[in-house]
Amino acid sequence: MSAARKVLGYSLSNLLRNWWVLGYGLLFLFLTDALFRFGGGGPRVAASLMNVVLIVIPLVSVVFGTLYFSNSREFIELLLAQPVSRPALFTGLYFGLALPLAAAFAIGVALPAAAHGGAGLMRPVATLVAAGVLLTFVFTSVAFLAGVHFEDRAKGLGFALLVWFCCAVLYDGLILLVATMFRDYPLEPALLALTVLNPVDLARVLLLLTLDAAALMGYTGAVFGRFFGSALGIAAAAAALLIWTAVPFLLGLRGFNRKDF
Amino acid sequence: MSAPLVVSGLRKQFGRLRVLEGVDVALDAGQVTALVGPNAAGKSTLIKSILGLVRPDAGTIAVLGETIGADPHYRRFIGYMPQAARYPDNLTGDEVLALLADLRGGQAPHDHALRASLGLTAETLARPVRTLSGGTRQKLSAVIALRHEAPVLILDEPTAGLDPLTSSHLKELVRQRAASGAAVLLTSHVMAEVEELADVLVYLVDGRVRFSGSLDELRLRTGQRRVERAIAHLMREVA
Repeated sequence: MSAARKVLGYSLSNLLRNWWVLGYGLLFLFLTDALFRFGGGGPRVAASLMNVVLIVIPLVSVVFGTLYFSNSREFIELLLAQPVSRPALFTGLYFGLALPLAAAFAIGVALPAAAHGGAGLMRPVATLVAAGVLLTFVFTSVAFLAGVHFEDRAKGLGFALLVWFCCAVLYDGLILLVATMFRDYPLEPALLALTVLNPVDLARVLLLLTLDAAALMGYTGAVFGRFFGSALGIAAAAAALLIWTAVPFLLGLRGFNRKDF
Repeated sequence: MSAPLVVSGLRKQFGRLRVLEGVDVALDAGQVTALVGPNAAGKSTLIKSILGLVRPDAGTIAVLGETIGADPHYRRFIGYMPQAARYPDNLTGDEVLALLADLRGGQAPHDHALRASLGLTAETLARPVRTLSGGTRQKLSAVIALRHEAPVLILDEPTAGLDPLTSSHLKELVRQRAASGAAVLLTSHVMAEVEELADVLVYLVDGRVRFSGSLDELRLRTGQRRVERAIAHLMREVA
């Protein structure tokens, strides 16, 4: 897979000079810094940042990823006309986008946290960064799946936004609806299943379990925490997020392998 | 020695649209073959099949005697110049050239003479690709296609967007490559260019080869001296 590494290298040097990626990192830098200055103590900062992370990271990853993939189409064709295998190219392109996006976010949050924070802040910030990085990988693979399957850029973007909207917005309403409609039934298993189906909610559960505030926010978080107990719950949520990264990636790769350009 | 590129019985269907219906083409070493046909004749699909960008439904493609399959290795023997290339915005011309050389493996090609003859200065190549004009990017594509001295060259509308001086330099380079034994496949909408460059003409309509032969054979067959008229004659004949 040395071709994948070469593609990864070019993609990194291309994107690390991209103003959108730099701006994205700066956004987190200023936001985190401002929250530390004006937002009260460490745990509060983590909780405020969590809400931004859960909305903004999926949105930016999925939109930027879809546009990046479709804008690279001509160059992808040129690269495929070289002695490069399709899986190597796809893998290189994927990590070439996901890594800079994840790094921009991670550095943007970690630098101010290191400057302001005490020792007690390590765990929440580390969890926040981990959750954000996982969400970046999940939604970048959704974006690549959209890019592979929709020739038309507008359709791909539409699909990507739809996935984001379902996960970040529609889902909470759906949970409420299910919870009120079936309140006379044992809901825990169903809600657990619904959580696993939504990477954004998984990340939320992961964060709430480590911030030890599971009971405070969200019905599914409370259920998840109670059901698994903390350590197992965290492992389960993280594993489910990895599956969420792998499945769209593999579907995208399969489509990319079979595609006629 | 057999022809460096042999396409036989190639078929491809997109949904219900049959784009290639049994295409046979052979490119001979040392000759420039022009691939000509109306829009939607299947020229792009044929080229993309050779490059492995499109998976044909049936038929075979052999490069240097080896039938191509999933292994991308054969593309080492093909130099390809796309019709309109786009490169990653923030990379410089030098970086794009380095990446493409790197992907081919082996030694970095000595292409300084080639860059110079196409008018690509070190200064231009140090700039980010997004600041380069369409014509300059086209020159970059030409360097990428020509510098490895590949035995098979595929040039898709190579002179479109180039200034007359560069265009004539490029044509000269193509003739040189053919003279040193490369098999060249060329598409062009400019019939004067076909007349100037090509030894052989393949005329594709609705996914079938309707004429394949030397320019002299074409003239004889149609009774026209100019290639442009001869092609027009062929088009009427088919219609």
